[in-house]
Amino acid sequence: MLETIFIMTATITLISALLAITAHNVVHALLYLVVTMLAISLIFFILGSSFAAALQIIVYAGAIMVLFIFVTMMLHQGEKSLAQERHLFHFSTSITAFVLCSILFCELAFILFLAPSETLNDISIAQLAPAITVKQIGQQLYGPYSLLVVISALMLLSALITAIHISKNAASIEIKTEESNL
Amino acid sequence: MTNWLTPLIILIVLLLLGAWSTWLERRVLSLWQDRLGPNRVGPFGLFQVIADMIKIFTKEDWVPPFADKTLFIISPMIVMIMTLLGFAIIPFAPGIQIAQFDHALLFLLAISSLSVYSIMLAGFSSNSKYALLGAMRTAAQMISYEVFMGLALMGVVILADDFSLSAIVEAQSNVWFICYQPLGFVLFLIAGTAEIHRAPFDLPEAETEIVAGFHTEYSSMKFGMFFIGEYLGVILISSLITTLYFGGWQGPILPPLLWFILKTAFFILFFILLRAAIPRPRYDQLMIFSWYILLPLSLLNLLITGAVKLQFLG
Repeated sequence: MLETIFIMTATITLISALLAITAHNVVHALLYLVVTMLAISLIFFILGSSFAAALQIIVYAGAIMVLFIFVTMMLHQGEKSLAQERHLFHFSTSITAFVLCSILFCELAFILFLAPSETLNDISIAQLAPAITVKQIGQQLYGPYSLLVVISALMLLSALITAIHISKNAASIEIKTEESNL
Repeated sequence: MTNWLTPLIILIVLLLLGAWSTWLERRVLSLWQDRLGPNRVGPFGLFQVIADMIKIFTKEDWVPPFADKTLFIISPMIVMIMTLLGFAIIPFAPGIQIAQFDHALLFLLAISSLSVYSIMLAGFSSNSKYALLGAMRTAAQMISYEVFMGLALMGVVILADDFSLSAIVEAQSNVWFICYQPLGFVLFLIAGTAEIHRAPFDLPEAETEIVAGFHTEYSSMKFGMFFIGEYLGVILISSLITTLYFGGWQGPILPPLLWFILKTAFFILFFILLRAAIPRPRYDQLMIFSWYILLPLSLLNLLITGAVKLQFLG
């Protein structure tokens, strides 16, 4: 049962990843990417790490991809941008992604047809591994890795300040040009 | 037997409740506005919903030729699915809960963040300016208010020491969390209202500015799904407030399920009162309110809760 779900999820992940590369409509491509994220989160869940699964959805599918789609939605011009995208898309530009994806496909085929018994064992071992609780993650984060948490917080803060600085500058320049126009 | 029976009953009851809360809202709203409301069909106008259903089903299910067809059809489904999925983790009474797992609150946050897609995709796929504007507003509003929703919830998690909702309910057997978390409750209430974009935070469908926002192009049952989805959202947020801050199904004398229903009904009525009482803010006011006032407040709430918990409760 679990193996079937895992193999289905892996297939969905790979197919949606491929479609994300090949789709001409940017919004569709991003949606395929969202499907990939959701499928990966399900794989985390199957492996017994429900916390990582939840974070995968909240952070990637829920926040980052929403922002991506938000921006592309604003810049999307319907047929015009579709045509532009078709014009820009060549097989040669996406060859690396295709190669990587096809390697993964080969692996999937290998798991499916050539070595079923070993993979079954692997999955059940992953199931037996004790699930990591949020408390343990928190203790690790604020114990041995507290410096990393502080550094990442500083990075985020600096990014925030940069964003505010850039947007403020742009606004003041705009006002100046408007004034000069008057 | 009971494995699939409980979820099925809950699903059917929720769908019926979602439909009939439209009637409730119209009646109660008109009561507060000195009108009569729908009172013709059946006793107290109760069958008005059935009449509306028949009307909505027999209308033409039209997909605009300029729309992105697949997305246009999928997006109303997403909102229904996500809202109904949210009910899976709510403990209605001891033993009446569809799914119980450790990270239920995180699951809830994931669900609420995914429901943004339905509105964004509806706005995008409609290929119309008003729908797009509405979708833009929603995306910005929901992303910003999700932050405080999460932060306000963390106060409850700190107090209960657990992410699972049944543990949170049990932790409130002596004192409701509203006593410890009044600020967190207010923050969650505001964030929840914004999350389900009910009035006064219904800017995505502000009819005076952008026609009907993201569902301008929708008709028939697809519109109905957005409509019922909104009311299901109201029920979901009300039951969450009950579970997280008002002791869930716990209460004296009356059976647990009845307590849960009573508390939830109170908050549903409160949401309707909010719609009747408070005017809609401007869009920039909404965003400034969220980032300038609610973000510092929710961080402060988290800080104080954590400090007090460490100092007094060990």
